[in-house]
Amino acid sequence: MDAMSMGNYGVYVWSCFGLTLVMVLFSYWRARLRHKRVYRDIEVRIKALEERE
Amino acid sequence: MWKFFHQLASPPHFYRLAAVLSPWLAAPGIALIAYGVYAGLFLAPMDYQQGDAFRIIYVHVPSAYLSMMAYMIMAVSGGIGLIWRIKLSHAVAAAAAPLGAAFTFLALATGSIWGRPMWGTWWEWGDPRLTSELILLFLYFGYMALRAAIDDTAKADKASAVLALVGVVNVVIVHYSVEWWSSLHQGQTLMKKGGPAMDPAMLYPLLAMILGFTLLFGSLLLRRVRTEVLFRERRTRWVREMILSPEGS
Repeated sequence: MDAMSMGNYGVYVWSCFGLTLVMVLFSYWRARLRHKRVYRDIEVRIKALEERE
Repeated sequence: MWKFFHQLASPPHFYRLAAVLSPWLAAPGIALIAYGVYAGLFLAPMDYQQGDAFRIIYVHVPSAYLSMMAYMIMAVSGGIGLIWRIKLSHAVAAAAAPLGAAFTFLALATGSIWGRPMWGTWWEWGDPRLTSELILLFLYFGYMALRAAIDDTAKADKASAVLALVGVVNVVIVHYSVEWWSSLHQGQTLMKKGGPAMDPAMLYPLLAMILGFTLLFGSLLLRRVRTEVLFRERRTRWVREMILSPEGS
């Protein structure tokens, strides 16, 4: 319980750590998603070109 | 030595190398952060003035440090791209901007949350450290908006590199603002003359968090640079061969 309340600063302390976790996970997810999208777009374009040739 | 740098600047070589290096930076980074969070929240003693609210520094300080470091990476890479016309360095600059903006936002948000119980206010416009850090966030937004507004990648690279270099002045102001002007924000603690003014039980988790955040940032940056390289090189032969090979990316 003490760890949660953090001497009555629990809301401030835990919200900072929570926000940091969310931002780091979001940054990782965005980087992963963008790579997948770029890769897929290039793959579709190259395979379409291959079929045409 | 030069051969190594020449090889490193080659997009296909960097693309493969970054895929290998990224998890090797992330793993120790996560381990250090796990230690830093545990020791910072549960092992470090309470500050005699700030109480447990001081524990916010374990996320605020690494974020603030990375907000400046990411900008310097962006500006130096942009400068290298402008002078030596190395394509990869422009990709690094472009990839660093969103990460820098994220860490700047985090530094501002956690600082503001800390300020509420300590200073009695979420924000103080007259404070030079807070205001210059906010300007840093706007510089990141301006940099990204400028890149997005120019369709020609080469022109976008040049224009954004100039903007990044001009903005370095603000990073210097952010860093020295607490020394140059009277500020609500506390002065240098870690980079103080005569060593850090902190108890080792508080200091070691902070150092672990700074190093852990830096490694994680490096891992995320490598991932983003890979994507940027792939997009820029989408019409090249090596990308075509890689996509058509059975192994893929």
